[in-house]
Amino acid sequence: MTATTRLIVGPFNRVEGDLEVTLDIADGVVREARVTAPLYRGFEQILAGRAPDDALVIAPRICGICSVSQSMAAARALAQIAGVEPPPNGTLAADLVLACENAADHLTHFVLFFMPDFARAAYASRPWHKIAVERFAAMEGTSQRTLLPARARFLHLMGLLAGKWPHSLALQPGGTTKSVDPGERVRLLSILADFRAALEQVVFADRLETIAALDSAAALQAWTHAAPAEHGDLRLFLHIAEDLRLDRLGRGPGAFLSHGSFGLWPSGVVMDGETRSHDPAEMTEDLTHAWMDGPTQPDADKNGAYSWCKAPRLNGRVVEVGALARQMVAADPLARDLVAISGGAVKDRVVMRLVELARLVIAMEGWVKQLRPGEPFCLEAPLPLRGSGNGLVEAARGALGHWMVVESGLIQSYQIVAPTTWNFSPRDADGIPGPLEQALVGTPILPGETTPVAVQHVVRSFDPCMVCTVH
Amino acid sequence: MSALAADDVGLVRALERFGIRLLWHPSLSEESGAEALAILTAAAEGRVRVDALCVEGAILTGPNGTGRFQLLSGTGTPVSRWVERIARHAHNVVAVGSCAAFGGIPMAGGNPTDATGLQAGGLQHDGGLLPTEFRSRSGLPVINIAGCAPHPGWLVETLADLALGGFDAARLDSLGRPRAFADHLAHHGCSRNEFYEFKASAAKPSDRGCLMENLGCKATQAPGDCNIRRWNGYGSCTDGGFACINCTTPGFQDSGAPFLETAKIAGIPVGLPVDMPKAWFVALAALSKSATPQRVRTNAHADHVVVPPARKPPKAP
Repeated sequence: MTATTRLIVGPFNRVEGDLEVTLDIADGVVREARVTAPLYRGFEQILAGRAPDDALVIAPRICGICSVSQSMAAARALAQIAGVEPPPNGTLAADLVLACENAADHLTHFVLFFMPDFARAAYASRPWHKIAVERFAAMEGTSQRTLLPARARFLHLMGLLAGKWPHSLALQPGGTTKSVDPGERVRLLSILADFRAALEQVVFADRLETIAALDSAAALQAWTHAAPAEHGDLRLFLHIAEDLRLDRLGRGPGAFLSHGSFGLWPSGVVMDGETRSHDPAEMTEDLTHAWMDGPTQPDADKNGAYSWCKAPRLNGRVVEVGALARQMVAADPLARDLVAISGGAVKDRVVMRLVELARLVIAMEGWVKQLRPGEPFCLEAPLPLRGSGNGLVEAARGALGHWMVVESGLIQSYQIVAPTTWNFSPRDADGIPGPLEQALVGTPILPGETTPVAVQHVVRSFDPCMVCTVH
Repeated sequence: MSALAADDVGLVRALERFGIRLLWHPSLSEESGAEALAILTAAAEGRVRVDALCVEGAILTGPNGTGRFQLLSGTGTPVSRWVERIARHAHNVVAVGSCAAFGGIPMAGGNPTDATGLQAGGLQHDGGLLPTEFRSRSGLPVINIAGCAPHPGWLVETLADLALGGFDAARLDSLGRPRAFADHLAHHGCSRNEFYEFKASAAKPSDRGCLMENLGCKATQAPGDCNIRRWNGYGSCTDGGFACINCTTPGFQDSGAPFLETAKIAGIPVGLPVDMPKAWFVALAALSKSATPQRVRTNAHADHVVVPPARKPPKAP
């Protein structure tokens, strides 16, 4: 047997926040991985004792990239406590704001975080390398230079509906604070048309509807080879994925959780080949390997701990969250087919993120048209002195939940379980590794690599947000 | 992340126009792990020229001064040590956001992580991680691009101004904030101006009226040109229908009252414009309230224009 060597990889960039990965390597592959979140932030402690509505200010500031998702979770928890439901305009506007963040995040991930690794010199011999460098070399690629301005103009939707991004207070328990007049409705549609054009030209080289309708691995395969690799960034990625066998890299736990989103994709769990409803009561947070003494009490000296991240489990099981999980739970035929073939790997996560991006923009166009200027956007939502509520949301990177208890008019406790807390959780009491820790096992390490490139593909395929993880 | 959308062309291109190159950026650079560490080490040892060290996020010094709440990945060393080492050699040190500048949200409540700003650790400008007397090689204290989040333009324009040369201490206010934005108030250019003038106040979220009297708006005290330059193309907090929370000011996270309610004593808001005599403000408010047109009063409590402005009838020929 070959000796095991240990490699510590960090600082891990092009992920949101701080991440360190410890790899035990033998025979050129990862045997064991430990994922460390090296930052503790204490948001749950900060929220306790404050006025309940203050959560609308504080929670989004957990993160500069999932800000609206955090707002939405806080607003939903408060709405549950107040017992209000936003009017149709309020729901549509809030959905537009959240979808804008999700879609912008999907694009940011693909263009800025994930693809630049294929422009690395390590791939200089591959036939696609030249195009990858041209389009995705960090800070210089042509796709980055076209799509970042497109993303910035897309975020004008936030300016209109949410005042600004990140950190808006427009999402309230009773709806949204910004009404839309007929002129603004037209401006919203113009923003979406502009974004659609950029996606159709650069990312997909095809109609959004064609991408959204891909319904099997065979259909995806046929689309991939219907044009040369340079026709669209998605197609380029699919050619790269085929060459590097990214369908065999980074296989996750094969169990999926989604809180459901926009009424487009339902909440649920896929486990052991079955789809069932999601019961938040089945969720537990294991602290065995986290530097935590209680749900919110840190303990930096704890024996056997190696991360500030807790280990959420569903019925004791490890589950993956994110775009792939959302589409698996929604029984999307493409997602189901891809996972049937590969078990849920790097390629599948990236494909479903981009397919979802196409579907989101199409849906947003419909929602804008449904807005009714002149009708209410927000209801009053007075809070009782005591109560409890939860806000379950899908951030771009997966299931996010807030749990709030109000007592004597103040927040008594606030618990947050973020998407990457699920995906990048450490081992639990039974020693079962978290999703990324499982996905990294078997990843090839090339001789002399100090920051293995395949490991980077696997890690980034989850689109982690570490700052949310360790709120 | 807010800066990614800078000037609608993105941070890299916006800075490039001024010859500014990012040595390393956690979200944008190719270099990861060992490669990234090599760059940071070279900067910490003064082997590579750093014109500006930009730090985002509060510095967490806990638990018990160990900094273990915030280790730099792959190094086992607190981020605070790295910042101190690089700051020693950097030409300028820039705190990006109110957390890096003043501690911000992590300092709220009991400050569970012992967070601090780079050079200002709380309400007073009394030293954070770096001592009050710290000056970077340029002779400037830490430049505090406050805001939660700061406007991307504040960051780009400050860095560009530094690159152009001639940026001296006179460009900064007493809290180290660039005066280019800090000399304005978020209130300037607010589209709710007419409602403010007549003290026609919003009573609930989504009302068009002024947000100051009831809904917690602090724009008349908050440094920032938010309503002059706008955010994400069209917006601002007050345009979005919600209160300015004074996020460019140290201690904004614990203002002593719920964010979305106006603190009042005897029915009078506590946080009045700082440079206006209170009695005058109250007197003028009472006067303007009594003169409020019906149109303004009605629209203040609606989410869309219910009563349009009156028009003079056309003159007979």
